[in-house]
Amino acid sequence: MFDLALLIQGLPLLLAGLWNTIWLSACGLALGFLIGIGVCSLKLSERGALRRLGGAYISVFRGIPLLIQLLFIYYLLPRLGLDVPAWVAAIAGLALCSGAYLAEILRGGLLTLPAGQVEAARLLGLSGRTILTRIELPQALRATLPALLNEVILLIKASSLISAVGLAELTRTAQNLAASSFLQLQFYLAAAVLYCVVNISLALLAGRLERRFAKGRA
Amino acid sequence: MNQSTAKRSAGDVMLEARGMSKRFGEHTVLQDINLSIQRSEVVCLIGPSGSGKSTLLRSLAFLENYDDGEVFVEGELLGYDRARDGRRVRSRPSRLSDVRRNMGMVFQQFNLWPHLSVVENVMEALLRVRGMKSADARRLALTTLEKVGLAEKADAWPNRLSGGQQQRVAIARSLAMSPAIMLFDEPTSALDPELVGEVLQVMRQLAEEGMTMVVVTHEMGFAAKVADRVLFLDQGHIVEQGPPTRLFRHPQSPRLAQFLGNYLERNTLFEAAPAPNHVDD
Ligand SMILES: Nc1ncnc2c1ncn2[C@@H]1O[C@H](COP(=O)(O)OP(=O)(O)OP(=O)(O)O)[C@@H](O)[C@H]1O
Ligand SMILES: [Mg+2]
Repeated sequence: MFDLALLIQGLPLLLAGLWNTIWLSACGLALGFLIGIGVCSLKLSERGALRRLGGAYISVFRGIPLLIQLLFIYYLLPRLGLDVPAWVAAIAGLALCSGAYLAEILRGGLLTLPAGQVEAARLLGLSGRTILTRIELPQALRATLPALLNEVILLIKASSLISAVGLAELTRTAQNLAASSFLQLQFYLAAAVLYCVVNISLALLAGRLERRFAKGRA
Repeated sequence: MNQSTAKRSAGDVMLEARGMSKRFGEHTVLQDINLSIQRSEVVCLIGPSGSGKSTLLRSLAFLENYDDGEVFVEGELLGYDRARDGRRVRSRPSRLSDVRRNMGMVFQQFNLWPHLSVVENVMEALLRVRGMKSADARRLALTTLEKVGLAEKADAWPNRLSGGQQQRVAIARSLAMSPAIMLFDEPTSALDPELVGEVLQVMRQLAEEGMTMVVVTHEMGFAAKVADRVLFLDQGHIVEQGPPTRLFRHPQSPRLAQFLGNYLERNTLFEAAPAPNHVDD
């Protein structure tokens, strides 16, 4: 059931798969974050039309399974004459989807801020963008750190779905190794350990950040 | 009775409201407000809870968009621009900021930014609005904090300070931008009684230096001693206005008399504080 030699032999492939998982998720999340800030601003806009636009985005990209979004993007782009590699479709799918969730998390964080803080900033002459990036977002991020960490971890796990567009990320690599060696448990366990290492590291990092942010609060 | 009166030159109108009204839905909160505030004048707004004091102050800063009439800040229309067809449209944010550039405001709840240190709170607008270099902004911030007696708290976190100290930081944050008009909305109402004095002291000093001030307050003693003019607001109308001595000693309207009576009663019953009509002039 376990074969150390085969495991060592498969390790480079597993690590390559892990690397794909990590960088594709990281890019997807980074872009998703920007989308999230934009969509969240739309949803908090004074204009009804913009609010509805933001709401529609969230409904669509939170409502459709990530797998279908990925496949749709993967097959849609060539039809539009965009011959892009699979990793572009993968990142786009992850970004569009995580953007919807991150928008709602950030909105929750922004709504907890007393309106007076923004009024004080406006009267001092700070621009809307400065207020967002210097006053609102830093506090919203601190306030929603646990929820953000949840979303990041969920997305890293959900990124196994990008194998559907033909990318050998961690889960798909483990599947391949398991199938060719008939050592299913060994390779799935190895994948599980690698996922855990990544996600537990992230949780530790978030914990440290949280403790750092906690100083200064009465 | 007040040094600032002498410094004022006639006709120098800093803030003006003409026929200004404000509604929340069906509810008219301010009706036909006419008000003109001169340079270095200290005006206190008093009135019962819900009479519209905060709404008036916020409209003067365009934190509420008034519905009818006009507000002028140093002669410039606040919050609206005249469109070509003669109607008015909301100003763009940059235009609004420009008209408000000489206006500072202090809130009941301080509204400091808790993720920035005290000195960073004061520096923020200097850096991002004035475009000052960090070292210069810090120097100016420290000087301003010194003015409110808090230089030694520069690197503290706002939430570690007492309410009185937080409010003084908020005042310093406004002052650092060298405003010509300062609006205060019940700046001491969220404070424990023993901390009220330190904030009023700073405000009094500002008044003596000739700052134009509009102060919503329940501190009748402050109004009596520092204000050049007191406005009594009731149900969205300016019912009565004049120098504090006259208003407090000889209220004309029954509503003001009743308001002052209630106030006196509360204070003599529970605090044994000096009555508001003992103006020491
Ligand atoms: N954002 C709002 N939406 C609807 N009604 C409001 C709003 N703000 C204030 N009001 C109403 O307007 C009236 C005046 O309120 P305002 O806060 O100006 O009174 P105030 O004189 O400052 O009272 P207080 O002494 O309690 O602070 C009240 O009836 C209040 O309920
Ligand atoms: Mg009020």
